[in-house]
Amino acid sequence: MKNKLVCYFSAAQSEQPIIYRLVKNYDLIVNILKADINPQKEGYLVLELEGDKNSYTEGVAFIKSLGVVVEPLSETIVWQSEVCIQCGACASFCPTEALNIERNSMEISFIDSKCVICGMCLDCCPTRAIQLHFEIKGAV
Amino acid sequence: MAVKKSYEEINEKIKRGEAVVVTAEEVIEIAAEKGYAKAAKEIDVVTTGTFGAMCSSGAFINFGHSNPRIKMKKVWLNGVEAYSGIAAVDAYIGAAQLPDNDPENKVFPGRFSYGGGHVIHDLVARKEIRLEAVGYGTDCYPNQKVDTIITLDDVNDAFLFNPRNAYQNYNCAINLGDKVLYTYMGILKPKVGNASYSSAGQLSPLMNDPYYRTIGVGTRIFLGGGIGYVAWNGTQHHPNVSRGENGVPQTGAGTLSLIGDLKQMDPNWLVGLSFIGYGATMAVGIGIPIPILDEEMLRYTAVKDEDIFCPLVDYNEGYPYSKPMDLGLVNYKDLKSGKILFNGKEVVTTSQSSYPRARRIAEILKEWIQRGQFELTRPVANIPSADDDIIFKSIPERKPGVTYFNGGNRRD
Ligand code: SF4
Ligand code: SF4
Repeated sequence: MKNKLVCYFSAAQSEQPIIYRLVKNYDLIVNILKADINPQKEGYLVLELEGDKNSYTEGVAFIKSLGVVVEPLSETIVWQSEVCIQCGACASFCPTEALNIERNSMEISFIDSKCVICGMCLDCCPTRAIQLHFEIKGAV
Repeated sequence: MAVKKSYEEINEKIKRGEAVVVTAEEVIEIAAEKGYAKAAKEIDVVTTGTFGAMCSSGAFINFGHSNPRIKMKKVWLNGVEAYSGIAAVDAYIGAAQLPDNDPENKVFPGRFSYGGGHVIHDLVARKEIRLEAVGYGTDCYPNQKVDTIITLDDVNDAFLFNPRNAYQNYNCAINLGDKVLYTYMGILKPKVGNASYSSAGQLSPLMNDPYYRTIGVGTRIFLGGGIGYVAWNGTQHHPNVSRGENGVPQTGAGTLSLIGDLKQMDPNWLVGLSFIGYGATMAVGIGIPIPILDEEMLRYTAVKDEDIFCPLVDYNEGYPYSKPMDLGLVNYKDLKSGKILFNGKEVVTTSQSSYPRARRIAEILKEWIQRGQFELTRPVANIPSADDDIIFKSIPERKPGVTYFNGGNRRD
């Protein structure tokens, strides 16, 4: 299985070789998507973890056992209507019709609640009007 | 009696605020309701519009001189090189130019986040632009380096001069292969997963004057939010292709070369674009007014999406390797519905050209004419049309010998 997680940690925890252990002891593929650690050594890591179900569960349990707060990554898609030129290119890539063309006006609109954050629309927008935002809380 | 109107008569009406102006969409219904003859009598001008990626675009800029003066050998605007093989401080920034250090497609597909089109947009948006130039130094131009910040207001001249815009019809791109393709027609999903088209169809300028009777050298137009002119036919102008009964080409045909003062344009209508895996380019907004000189012009402007066809072209092998394949035609009504049929299978369509923006341009131009701000121009010269003998050429394959260096004039 494969999942994106945000790990919030404090100074003591950031001294631990977390990534090394995840790879070595739990045989997980770790992809660091984003990291922000302040000079006080507090901050967060956005990780993508991939491995078989057991190692994944044990790996996550290991991170938590260190006192690190682990949460599923909450991502949002932001559609900047003022940047969009209404070309319509994204609509045929959206599996849920969150991006949809009203066929009379040929105008595109974005309905947040229909978006499953699959990311399919990101590459095909020539104005980069659609962006993926990570939602990260303040440091723990 | 058949209706006939001259440019002068139409302009008189525009000046008096009495001209009847409709868009190329509105004229369709009016013609259907009243018939061609009556509609031709009533309507004076039909406005068209298009807004889409047009790589063959760019701007000439004269920066003024540094002190001491410089003969620029190379010039960069925000790191994007402009061609400077012309006079000392003149340069041409092309829409598809990339920064020297762009990663291109080294990690495929490349992102092409910034290029010449973005520079032009930023210039028009009055943003600050880094200007770097180098020269080799001469007695008259001793300076060898410039590195400064400029805005559009600091340069002497800046005019858009687009060698090929407003394509009269275009391919509808599909992918017959089994891997994703990243093209200038956007992302093409394998096994005909989508069909990508790029034309405003019934609103597009040259679809409404298919034989270029009124659009020619000198025609005044809406260009990039300001006023521009048709300078010449565009590059790759190729009018003698197969046409429908309505005269509309069934494949890419005519093109226009356009010119206009960048300083009076608007960043909303010149927008830098990034096509993943392909490159950077610019969306250009163009609107052309068509005088209804007679019933024939009215008929042309009343053309509708279902009567405009374009060819399906495979971008896996057909286009890149120029393999002739006959995959049939589709019309713009079906394309705009979101689905077409290909070999009995439903295929979703991907639009690349902005129809809402094209419509907005036709409306703006209509308002300008109605307010008496914009008069029509008779072409100074016509551009070649379907009966002119224009042949579409490719690069010949020949083996250059030593005598071809310096055009064969070697100084021994
Ligand atoms: S992320 Fe996926 S679901 Fe959301 S708008 Fe983009 S394509 Fe549609
Ligand atoms: S692809 Fe981008 S610019 Fe085009 S309609 Fe979608 S969001 Fe707008």
